[in-house]
Amino acid sequence: MSATATPSRTGDPTGDDPPGGRAPVGVRVALRHRLAERGVDRQLLLLVPAALFVLVLFIYPFGYGVGLSFQPTEGGPFATYQEFFTDAYLRDTIWTTLSLSLPAALLNVAASVPIAYRMRGRFRGKRLLTTVLVVPITLGTVLTAQGLLNFLGPTGWFNRTLLAVGLTDDPIRLTNNYWGVFFSIVITGFPFAFLLVLSYLSGIDPTLERAAATLGANWWQRFRRITLPLLAPGLATTFCLTFVLAFSVFPSAVLVGDPAGTTRVISIAAYDAAYVQYDYPMAATIAVLMGLVELLVIAAVLGWRALLYTGSTAGGKG
Amino acid sequence: MTSSATAPARRRRRLVARPAAWLIWGVVAFFFVNLAGVIGSVLVSSFGNRWYDSWLPQEFTTKWYGQSWQEFGLFQVLVVTLEVSLLVVGISVLVGVPAAYALARRSFPGRRLLYLLFLLPILMPPITYGIPLATVLYKYGFAGHLSGVVLANLVPSVPFVILTMTPFIEQIDPAVERAARMCGAGTRQIFVRILAPLLLPGILAASILVLVRTVGMFELTFLTAGPDSQTLVVALYYSMSAAGIRAQQSIDAMAVMYTTMMLVLLVIALRFVNPTQLVARVREDID
Repeated sequence: MSATATPSRTGDPTGDDPPGGRAPVGVRVALRHRLAERGVDRQLLLLVPAALFVLVLFIYPFGYGVGLSFQPTEGGPFATYQEFFTDAYLRDTIWTTLSLSLPAALLNVAASVPIAYRMRGRFRGKRLLTTVLVVPITLGTVLTAQGLLNFLGPTGWFNRTLLAVGLTDDPIRLTNNYWGVFFSIVITGFPFAFLLVLSYLSGIDPTLERAAATLGANWWQRFRRITLPLLAPGLATTFCLTFVLAFSVFPSAVLVGDPAGTTRVISIAAYDAAYVQYDYPMAATIAVLMGLVELLVIAAVLGWRALLYTGSTAGGKG
Repeated sequence: MTSSATAPARRRRRLVARPAAWLIWGVVAFFFVNLAGVIGSVLVSSFGNRWYDSWLPQEFTTKWYGQSWQEFGLFQVLVVTLEVSLLVVGISVLVGVPAAYALARRSFPGRRLLYLLFLLPILMPPITYGIPLATVLYKYGFAGHLSGVVLANLVPSVPFVILTMTPFIEQIDPAVERAARMCGAGTRQIFVRILAPLLLPGILAASILVLVRTVGMFELTFLTAGPDSQTLVVALYYSMSAAGIRAQQSIDAMAVMYTTMMLVLLVIALRFVNPTQLVARVREDID
């Protein structure tokens, strides 16, 4: 059964060619048959536009960037890399980014687990709750930044409440520093992590836990020995996705953070190099290093995930 | 014997779970209160006049909306946002759905590699590939115009459509297509007359999600947009980072307009997609 995307006048391999016309194309037909046996035929042409898109708009620019990073305006091929690692103002951006994104991503995932565990069944208003939780994802970082500046600022409602309750005498400084950016990551990242964890948890068959309960396992044993191992691969994926979100923090680091100092994350350094100093090789270097650091973290998490059980989370019947 | 074993277990669970439940609901409530504060303060500020050191502004007005509409040329910005989003949605669906079909249905050498290739643009932070991409787009003269913004936004959108469409395609019984082939339909006819109607809910879901992502996508648009190809979120960023020139409230008004737009899109999106079912089919009916 060949899938012909075009009319059959181009030579149909299924054999309605006249026998005389066969001999000259015999080799081609055989090759096509052999390819078809391995699953290669014209239907795969459907993949070509999408693959071309990714190759031209993602792989080629990325390769171009890598090439550019080895052609600095002055010095040898590794000059920009050397400069990055010797200049503390640039080198420390890696640490700044990781110290923001790793705790925020961990907190987002860790807080999601107990909340999702409690809410995985059916209850009234669940649809409403998930709807409300999607809101911060769509707000985006720019609006969240604007809201945080108003809400957490020295005369904002948050500090006002603290002062009114008497928890503090002076307004706490929560914007234009580390915490502003941290909160912005949590506000956009937590609902995302929660929804993912909830959907992974809902995919675990509750009968497995009930079977454990009949064997006398208490709730902690059931969670630790049944649910958590089944959930762990999902948690690793969730962590990776939340980490990517947090790692690429850019607008909020500029707007609610302290972009010249404590929250000078690596994306700000890359942007500065490209659009303020017009040093494209340096910008490409920073972008490449940024991708490398991120892929290292993800590879570590996914490597750990590969050690875990990954299989069906459905019960015996399913 | 089982009942005597589970009874104490259940009682013990309740003892432990009670405070834990309160704690969890408390954390959720705290999160929502702060979220409401974040959104509410922008909303109140956009309607307020003379709000300095008090709980609420001294008077309420709607003049900031008119002012920000004129000052920032929002009509033009909205038109650009709409153009960019619709173009991105249209192209990514046209390119992504056939690819998703081939990926979901066929097995061929290099399938996993191709899958990884499509996964990468989603896994990488936009800034990482955005900066080299913008450099390339500037080199070929695309950046700074609408076409550059659309091209840049297609990079994560095409793979996103492929990933969202795959489960929808897997749900369709291949026997339906085989039957159509038996009746003499070609691949193109199968796509237009069999798959498209069956996939319509999935295509709608994917396009709405891409629409939401594109309207909210900051980094790629920011890196490639010129002065007359800014989308709403980029215009919002520029007006915020140049704070002090314009009244804070007119920026807030713009932010509220952006949020409203996103919320409308979101409500439409949620009619087609259940966010908790994006990963796995939920088995709610058992419990």
